[in-house]
Amino acid sequence: MSVWRAARAIAAKDLRIEWRHKTALLTATLFAVLVLLVFVFSRDPASVPLASIAPSVLWVTLALSALVALNRAFLLEREHAALDGILLAPVPRQALFWGKLLSNLAFVLTVQAVAFPLWVLFFNITPTGALLAIVVVVLLASVGFTAVGTLFSAMAVRTRFAELLLPVLMLPFMIPPVFAASEATMRLLAGRPIGELWGWLRLLALYDVVFVVLANLLFPAVVDE
Amino acid sequence: MNRDSQSARGSIRKGRAIMLAGLVGLAGIYLMAWQFTPTERFQGLAQKIFYIHPPAAYASEMAYVLAGIASVLYLLLKDERFDTFAAASAEVGLAFGAVLLTTGPIWAKPIWGAWWTWDARLTFSLILFLLFAGYFALRSAVREPAERARYAAVVAVMGMLLVPFIHLTVYLFNTTHPQPVVVQTGKPALPPEMLRTFLASFAVFTTLYVGMVMMRYGIGARQIAEEVADAE
Repeated sequence: MSVWRAARAIAAKDLRIEWRHKTALLTATLFAVLVLLVFVFSRDPASVPLASIAPSVLWVTLALSALVALNRAFLLEREHAALDGILLAPVPRQALFWGKLLSNLAFVLTVQAVAFPLWVLFFNITPTGALLAIVVVVLLASVGFTAVGTLFSAMAVRTRFAELLLPVLMLPFMIPPVFAASEATMRLLAGRPIGELWGWLRLLALYDVVFVVLANLLFPAVVDE
Repeated sequence: MNRDSQSARGSIRKGRAIMLAGLVGLAGIYLMAWQFTPTERFQGLAQKIFYIHPPAAYASEMAYVLAGIASVLYLLLKDERFDTFAAASAEVGLAFGAVLLTTGPIWAKPIWGAWWTWDARLTFSLILFLLFAGYFALRSAVREPAERARYAAVVAVMGMLLVPFIHLTVYLFNTTHPQPVVVQTGKPALPPEMLRTFLASFAVFTTLYVGMVMMRYGIGARQIAEEVADAE
């Protein structure tokens, strides 16, 4: 079986399980909404206008909910030692990485697809073309840190304190994409000329390429016994 | 007692001797900085931190880089000695990182007027410190030695590639840090007495690094030898 077909099969299996249970998806989405809400209440409404914290809140919310989503990425495989079954299958290790990356990305983006419109609603963002551009920024940023999370969650799940370890390992890796994405979002909301965005978008794209490739290369070292 | 644990003990002994020499050297640096080096005109006594802070930065960054290189070698060659060295170097790097992050604010309060500013180099050192702290959190959460070594090496290699991104990020974010005054084109803009103390301090910190890593390496190697002996 080719890497690509095997990867698709693994991703399809994960998404089918998610779809049948729906618990993880609903809980992660609920988490994202609650984080948004907590931010709205953590500021002084008399002195801090919503608009000034909107980009930061969006990115902290998306980053935290991605973490929660990634935490369960390999939990499925831990039950009944399901991972061993996949590792025994005659498919390349890389296929497991690509499959997991695809299903994680689908999961993370689904949660974000709910959180994003709610952010627009809660923060009274005027729906303009800039929103579409922000969606592109969300996609660009998510690919990179989901790749890092796919690699790290495969390790974290096999340690003690998995739920605690993943955020501790992941958050330093989220700083560059979250910073670049939040700068880009801020400029888009302020209606700045598109030329100001290129630098940030390039940084995000470079991060994606570097960490997708690297996580893919290192993945066999994580799952091999 | 087998050969591995004997050589581990040797490494601890030699490391201890080198570290003690480094500590004596450090006392010498304090004396030189205090008595035989002029006080800087604008910063006054606060500038004396110059003989501790940049050398600590150098030692911690060298430690992290060597830990990263050892991790790559571990993944390629699967020799456990590289893992033991990476862990030793990273831990000593964290110790110097702690010196760096505590001496910085002590200097910053009188000079910048604030204990902590989100200056680029400051933030960079903090994130590196946190990255390697995470590395140890991971190490302590995995029991099986070979698995621990592989996971730790993966995190270290990922971290090495993250460093340029963090560097870029923090500089785009903010910088007010003093620029290097010794390594620059043209003549160093320092009086010779200051330069002498400064360079002596780098030599002392290198000695401390070597001694501490040898000791820590020996401790790590002894632990592995004991684990192997227990298993047999």
